Amino acid sequence: MSLSLNPEEQAIAARQDGAGMAMRIVAESARLLGAPRLIPIASTHIDGALYHGDSGTLFAEKLVEGGAKVVVRSTLNVGALDLMGCSRIRLEEPQRGMARRMMEAYRKLGCEQSWTCAPYQAGHRPALGSDVAWGESNAVVFCNSVLGARTNRYGDFLDIACAITGRAPDYGLHRPDNRRARLVFDVSHLSPSFLGSEIAWPILGSLYGREVGNAISVVTGVTAHPGEDALKAFGAAAASSGAVGLFHIAGVTPEAPDVKAILAGAEPEAVIRVTPDMVAKARAGLSTAAATESIDAVAIGSPHLSSAEFDSLERLIAGRRLAVPIYACTGRHALALLERDGRRKRLEASGVVIVVDTCVVVTPIMPELGNGVLMTNSGKFAHYAPGNTGYAVLYASLADCVESAVLGKPVFTDIAA
Amino acid sequence: MSATAEILVPGKAGEGEALVLTAPISFWGGVDPKTGRIADVRHPQHGEVIAGRVLFLPGTIGSSSASAVLMELVHNGRAPAALVLHEPDAILLLGLIVAREMGWETPIAVRLGRDAFDTYSGRVRIAEDGALNVSGE
Repeated sequence: MSLSLNPEEQAIAARQDGAGMAMRIVAESARLLGAPRLIPIASTHIDGALYHGDSGTLFAEKLVEGGAKVVVRSTLNVGALDLMGCSRIRLEEPQRGMARRMMEAYRKLGCEQSWTCAPYQAGHRPALGSDVAWGESNAVVFCNSVLGARTNRYGDFLDIACAITGRAPDYGLHRPDNRRARLVFDVSHLSPSFLGSEIAWPILGSLYGREVGNAISVVTGVTAHPGEDALKAFGAAAASSGAVGLFHIAGVTPEAPDVKAILAGAEPEAVIRVTPDMVAKARAGLSTAAATESIDAVAIGSPHLSSAEFDSLERLIAGRRLAVPIYACTGRHALALLERDGRRKRLEASGVVIVVDTCVVVTPIMPELGNGVLMTNSGKFAHYAPGNTGYAVLYASLADCVESAVLGKPVFTDIAA
Repeated sequence: MSATAEILVPGKAGEGEALVLTAPISFWGGVDPKTGRIADVRHPQHGEVIAGRVLFLPGTIGSSSASAVLMELVHNGRAPAALVLHEPDAILLLGLIVAREMGWETPIAVRLGRDAFDTYSGRVRIAEDGALNVSGE
């Protein structure tokens, strides 16, 4: 089936301005994807404002020169700079200037200066069943799975083109049929104490991503809602280890009141029974550092820390002085709350480096060390830090991360699956 | 060997040494946007340079910033001479679509069955109409 544009879309695509360019980009993508038409969207979340080279800056500036403006609510994912000035970014000129120009161009296009990979915790929560065009893999998976809004994984350039046209190609997860589960991921054989622990969700997410790839699955055996920050960590880890865009948890996520409903009456194509042994292997796989006597830093906040996660951090530090820094990445939505009551100052006095608008794996922040060791409680940082920062990674719970930062050496509490 | 391939994204005809990748690649983090060198140490063709080659791609994996890397290669004059894919990859090819909109000269991208990849070696030419030829034949 070939793509057909309505007369209004055709007229826009024929224009020589920024909106015309955006419409042609959306239409060309739709044609490549085999989408029969474009559909209206309610909002976008834009990952394209992170600097990868000058061409992306020139593209955004061309849209601005062409008078383009976003026509739906559009939040911005992280950039390459900490515009709030909380942390020092080691990006040098001329790249620094080009990164700043890029962030400025996206602001001029009418995007909100959210600069966060957790827009869903910064007040951008599309309605259940609405069509949206989101970028950033963890935001995509949260939007689809936890909010029940419908999006595919929108890559750089297509995200802003959708925002300017208010349209997206009709294919993939926009279609209800493609959202039902085909596989079952059963965690009922794991201990309740493990499932109730903070480390369970990034580890299970990492395992889930590797086991199911991009197939839609439903997690069964979860008896209590693990909380939104746990689902955030699960989705981010799953989207890092596999091309997961949507998951369901029976009795927890909105499209899966129970297993039967989300399988839509069909038998599952496969049932993955998660064993304590699989969990142990997945947990070990999140670390790349060999046994080590010391660590150089802790990084948390991928996805960006929520206000509740800062509460836990503050409680665990309990006023102590850290031996190695904890890089705590977050968005300005959470920073505003931290500043209101002097908590930012207290955290920084302990040795926490608050990183705002960006994070430690997308831009150079941590010192360049030949063989640095980084501890993290984030499945996503564990996945990307070795390649992007050169640090080897140790994966641990937030409590262990804090104790290790206080002592400057790794501390692990065993939680059996 | 000669064949006529379906055009995925029109562009400039290209000629160069064939580079047939034997595993999918993530452009972001996997290909250096300044040089076109395959930087992913786990990739079987690690160290090869894709600039100026006729690149046979058995799929892409990973980050949705692949489009940004391909566009950056075009802008830096380090893009492949032509791209051959076994299926349309909307995220990667968006890099060419956007580069065209920027008025930059982009290589042609065509579709060819994956089982035919291995029959290409040496200098390959892809014409603007999608005709593939091995030079000297």
